Amino acid sequence: MQLIACPHCGPREETEFHYGGQAHVAYPAGNATLSDEEWGQFVFFRDNPKGPFAERWVHSAGCRRWFNAVRDTATHQILAVYRQGEPKPVVA
Amino acid sequence: MTAPRTPGADLPDHPDFLWRNPDPKPSYDVVIVGGGGHGLATAYYLAKNHGITNIAVLEKGWLAGGNMARNTTIIRSNYLWDESSGIYEHSLKLWEGLEEDLGYPILFSQRGVLNLAHSLQDVRDSVRRVHANRLNGVDAEWLDPQQVKEVCPIVNISPDVRYPVLGATYQPRAGIAKHDYVAWGFARRANELGVDLIQNCEVQGLDIEGGRVTGVRTSRGTIRAGRVALAAAGHTSVLAEMAGLRLPLQSHPLQALVSELLEPVHPTVVMSNAVHVYVSQAHKGELVMGAGIDGYNGYGQRGAFHIIERQMAAALELFPIFARAHLLRSWAGIVDTTPDASPIVGLTPVENLYLNCGWGTGGFKATPGVGWCFAHTVATGTPHPYNAPFTLERFTTGALVDEHGAAAVAH
Repeated sequence: MQLIACPHCGPREETEFHYGGQAHVAYPAGNATLSDEEWGQFVFFRDNPKGPFAERWVHSAGCRRWFNAVRDTATHQILAVYRQGEPKPVVA
Repeated sequence: MTAPRTPGADLPDHPDFLWRNPDPKPSYDVVIVGGGGHGLATAYYLAKNHGITNIAVLEKGWLAGGNMARNTTIIRSNYLWDESSGIYEHSLKLWEGLEEDLGYPILFSQRGVLNLAHSLQDVRDSVRRVHANRLNGVDAEWLDPQQVKEVCPIVNISPDVRYPVLGATYQPRAGIAKHDYVAWGFARRANELGVDLIQNCEVQGLDIEGGRVTGVRTSRGTIRAGRVALAAAGHTSVLAEMAGLRLPLQSHPLQALVSELLEPVHPTVVMSNAVHVYVSQAHKGELVMGAGIDGYNGYGQRGAFHIIERQMAAALELFPIFARAHLLRSWAGIVDTTPDASPIVGLTPVENLYLNCGWGTGGFKATPGVGWCFAHTVATGTPHPYNAPFTLERFTTGALVDEHGAAAVAH
């Protein structure tokens, strides 16, 4: 179990959080004219990198707010946390 | 006084090695990336069924040291949908003759599997699955709690627990096998048929010319390849990216654990989706348990302790007799999950590049079946009828094979 620093509440145990997958996936523009392939990409395809990954978390047993984190999927180390709406920080 | 003896001089000779450890040749007809169960089985059936023997299996670590060494060895074919029961039942039939076919002991034990139901909805889904299985020629029975107790006397069927056992589906032909022996059996026979098994050889790039794959760049040099078959489980996304392919996969840690060695107490395999644990007892005596994936994406081959705590709590509710058992080891493998909890086996937009991935938490049972079908796909350039439904294109067409829950345990 690791500590996750909620940007609203500070560090809390992992069990207080739920995972939301890749961050910054916008609903596609011009969706009335999207092809099946483009819809498929939006609905089913997400990045799956080995290394830093910008992803969504929700502090479900705390403030119940969604936020974003950059986490290294190879080491599970959290490199940055930031509030929803803030730009993805540059992580070395 | 006798002269001092060299330490170890009295030990017997090392037994024969099961396979050679060749250096990679400059070129192969088929290069298989991933030396786990699926890669080794694919190599074996390519050689045996299709006469293709100029094959290299490239493994970045040691043979069968990834998920093949980390699974809970459960073998069954009681999946709901026709597409799934096709490939898994094909696999189970191959398991039934595999020891003889490979000429190697794999400790395949058809001790049956119970999939417990704990709610009215569970019962309805389970009975539906029993009927679907029977229509597909898969052995399946619905058991009431007393019959569950007869098959597995240590299951707690008391009505006084949080999620009482209301019944179970039973597949008597299901079982377990010794995972290492399965890999070694395939490796040994593939080696005898001329396949080069190359360990400590990490693929770092794919050479693609004019939309066709022509070779692999590895930590042991560049190898030209007529065809390249990916069988790399949790690391498939990393490899596919080298070919510019984006796949609908998410890699997660999946943890499992074993107890210390115990007297035989558990005669079958018990799986529970609702309280979520699955348990069998290995031949040697360890209780082998697994449950669900850790929620986040991860390649770290380890997971969080609270996941284990939850699965132990589930095991204790079902098996109060385990209360004094000690946890001996726990570990994690990296499983590649898909949106519909079904695998992707077939062609890719890159010519001569073939894909076998997305088996999620259930790849071990498919080992011989997918080896057979993937070998057919690679040899003929056309999917085998059993893997034809499991295309990459289904995530565009919407022809999903939704085995979430329907597969009798969550993926």
